[in-house]
Amino acid sequence: MLMTRGMRKFFGLTVLISWQVHAQQEGGETFFSNRPPLPETKIDQLVLSKLKRGGFQLQFCTDQVFLRRAYLDITGTLPTADEARRFLEDKSFNKRIKLIDTLLATDAYADYWTMKWCDVLRVKAEFPVNLWPNAAQAYYYWVRTSIRDNKRYDHFVREMLLANGSNFRVGAVNFYRAIQQRSPEGIAATVALTFMGARTDLWEPTQLQNMAVFFSEISYKPTSEWKEEVVFWDPNQIFHSITNPALQTAEYKKRGKALLPDGRSVKLPNGVDPRAVFADWLINEKNPWFATLYVNRAWGWLLGRGIIHEVDDIRRDNKPGNMELLKYLSADFIRSGYDMKHTLRSILISQSYHLSSIYEGAQEQELIPLFACYQVRRMDAEVLIDAINKVTGSTELYTSAIPEPFTFVPANQPAVALPDGSISSSFLELFGKPARATGMDNERVNRYSDTQKLHLLNSSHIRDKIEKGSNLTPIFGSKMKQPQMIDELYLTVLARYPTKDEVASINRYVTESKLSLRDVGIDVAWALINSDEFVHRH
Amino acid sequence: MQRKKYNAYGITRREMLASGALAAAGVVLGGSPLSASAQALKKAAKAKSVIQVFLWGGMSHTDTWDPKEKAGYDYTGQFDKVIATNVSGIKVSSLFPKLAQQADKYSLIRSMTHRNNGHETAAYLMQTGHQPGERLAYPCVGAVFSLMKGYDAGYKGLIPPYVVLTRPQGRFSESGFLGNKYKPFATGGDPNAERFEVEGVVARGISDGRQSGRRKLLGDLNSLATAMPGNSAVLNSKAAEESAYELILGQGKDVFDLSLESRELRKEYGLHTFGQECLVARRLVEAGVPYITINYPGGWDTHANHFDTMNKQCPQLDQGLARLLQDLEQRGLLESTLVWCCGEFGRSPKVDWQPPWNGGRNHYGNCFSVLVAGGGFKGGAVVGESTERGEEVARRPVYPVDLLGSIYTLAGIDMYAKLPHPMGLEAQVLPQGDEVKSSGLLEEIM
Repeated sequence: MLMTRGMRKFFGLTVLISWQVHAQQEGGETFFSNRPPLPETKIDQLVLSKLKRGGFQLQFCTDQVFLRRAYLDITGTLPTADEARRFLEDKSFNKRIKLIDTLLATDAYADYWTMKWCDVLRVKAEFPVNLWPNAAQAYYYWVRTSIRDNKRYDHFVREMLLANGSNFRVGAVNFYRAIQQRSPEGIAATVALTFMGARTDLWEPTQLQNMAVFFSEISYKPTSEWKEEVVFWDPNQIFHSITNPALQTAEYKKRGKALLPDGRSVKLPNGVDPRAVFADWLINEKNPWFATLYVNRAWGWLLGRGIIHEVDDIRRDNKPGNMELLKYLSADFIRSGYDMKHTLRSILISQSYHLSSIYEGAQEQELIPLFACYQVRRMDAEVLIDAINKVTGSTELYTSAIPEPFTFVPANQPAVALPDGSISSSFLELFGKPARATGMDNERVNRYSDTQKLHLLNSSHIRDKIEKGSNLTPIFGSKMKQPQMIDELYLTVLARYPTKDEVASINRYVTESKLSLRDVGIDVAWALINSDEFVHRH
Repeated sequence: MQRKKYNAYGITRREMLASGALAAAGVVLGGSPLSASAQALKKAAKAKSVIQVFLWGGMSHTDTWDPKEKAGYDYTGQFDKVIATNVSGIKVSSLFPKLAQQADKYSLIRSMTHRNNGHETAAYLMQTGHQPGERLAYPCVGAVFSLMKGYDAGYKGLIPPYVVLTRPQGRFSESGFLGNKYKPFATGGDPNAERFEVEGVVARGISDGRQSGRRKLLGDLNSLATAMPGNSAVLNSKAAEESAYELILGQGKDVFDLSLESRELRKEYGLHTFGQECLVARRLVEAGVPYITINYPGGWDTHANHFDTMNKQCPQLDQGLARLLQDLEQRGLLESTLVWCCGEFGRSPKVDWQPPWNGGRNHYGNCFSVLVAGGGFKGGAVVGESTERGEEVARRPVYPVDLLGSIYTLAGIDMYAKLPHPMGLEAQVLPQGDEVKSSGLLEEIM
């Protein structure tokens, strides 16, 4: 039986260990343990102590589960077989923290977290936001540089809010172009969603009209270069509200003040860009939305569910699952100088992040909102295809249908690092790459569907990768004995060694199927890639 | 000049009085005319399946179903011949001899219009009925069928309810804000190949025995699933696996097996990808699939090389579509199967002879043609009329909501039904209101 208690120890196993030895470790646990792997942090006092008081039995993930989880959540990639061996054999007590710090410093981290931000910021050349390819590239480059350099979050946002200049040269101005409805209200609604987690559709109409005033002096003008557009502050711009034609800039100018989303009124001095007045209010430690939204996103993106659910739906009547935690993380984020990586790291090194996804004696629906277990989630479309390519050693073709001539990208390009939402593949479309139409978090749906399953189980696309990929074929074709081959396949695909039960199942398959060792290898690789353990974060 | 005053239906009062089109179409002013006529037409709801042939890129209307043979060489180029059809008074371009013999089965709309000349925006309009540029992208017709006629509505078929032959459109997200679940199943593969390898369903070189063996091996090695059998993600994955295997190992795959058809019939449909796609579409209809889209295998965006492309593609379109209509009728399926065929727009009636086009036609959304058949649409009729050279609508404009509203009505779908909106806002299948251009459902052929 797989799930008996007692920690399975991989420490001390050497690279050349034979399969019999560790297969005999069976009886230990593959997926969870009840020994906390790290010291408690402030976050744990706010999350776990509450749970313990509630009588929950906490279970933590094993090293092998953590290894894969950390790679996927921090970098959107999988460890190689060698990286897996090295980590599993590392005996140091703080190896999990060392791994977290190593991964947070990689380029892959920058690529993956840039992708998340590009969903929110709608970085896409074509329909429906229509940025145009050069502008999407400039926007992407600006976002990626900001994430790679761990730019202060307050600066990151302020640069976008106050951006002026050419869409090809100043990446951040594209924030104001990646909006389907380019009216002051359309812009205000997007700003509210993106930086406040506020859905203005739920507001009183006047509240949005009031906020729109701050974005009423943005102008767009073309240049002589094809599709170049300059976004700039134009104090003479006349504001026409769509929803209330009686509202005009002159009206506000006369009053010399405007109403902020929290209902307070603020001066709009002549000669000052009203966006700056808004930014000063938004980017402020007293603002109830600003830091809250970032830490809620960070938590939700790592753990699968925001402290406020959904991550970008912050409003009074949508209560956070753990108010103290939210308050602590926000205050800590502000204290750190809006250091995005600091917040991620604080979460990653807390025991709360190291909980097992396997639980006993309680309902999942009850546990997930309390963060009493790690939520099992299908990998993002981009992460999944990159994982399949990495373990099999194959590549993918990404194209953009427009503009002609068609855009082609290098063969070894990871999907996670695609700079433009219009560049895609049929796999990405099938597995729910978001349309980047609204910037809402729920645009990305990672639900496993029948047709997705069909594709992974039986498409020529995936079969070719397994049978011809440069990473797996050497394993099938090698002179390795069957046990070694199985070890290699497990380390390559699942970043762990097989259990005794699994080895027994494969031996049975060899006898029953009468296939050649190569075909057995192919079928085992196929089964592992199709296993829930591979396809999900867990 | 004074700005023309447009009424709710997008045409001026003067035009309306002059044409009498609205009165003829039975449109009642005030209230909601489309919905009123849809109520009256509920009885007509006969379509159980829809086959959409999408001519992406935009097929010329004047070289095909609305020929203007007397417009002069600058307009017709080499295509100045028309032929009679089996319905007196209806003529089509000589590029369509086979369809000409089936004209009693379909009607031609010669006054389709939306005045949008961008590929994505026009395709969006023609497939959703909504103006592009709203905050959320609406689902296209197929995705609405997938929602209203698919698994949520009691559909039990093995084949997914919305199938695309063979590649998705890619110009926009077909399911819009409805999300992934309602996206089409794109078959991939080529039905004209030795074996139609439907992606995921038919795998080359793996016997059923090995498939079953593998399935068991996967069950044995799926250790995480074994460790947490009650987890919702694991349960969902398990359910998806069961459905997938019904297709892989069950009868589902036979639907795509064209070797079960006679060689002769396959030849008559045409031994080319489009012809065989039409045959697969018919088999899908027989299997009860509610919505099938054939994305024409080859584009119609003929800015350059227009005449060569038309000479190559039109005979295939002619052969496949004509045989499909004939076959549906022979099998008694035409009554319950609605077929519609068009691109996102037509092409400019005047040929662009200048370099770099050297005899091409450009995007044209002011006026173009649509073929509709079956499912409650009458055959042998022409709806509307274009001007002398096919440049504008002369009579009875047909707007996207009119066409799509008619399709929904014939399928028994309320065209103003509410759609589940991710932010809980009001959203309905087709737009409604004063700003929506409409001149009434296609009652004259329903």
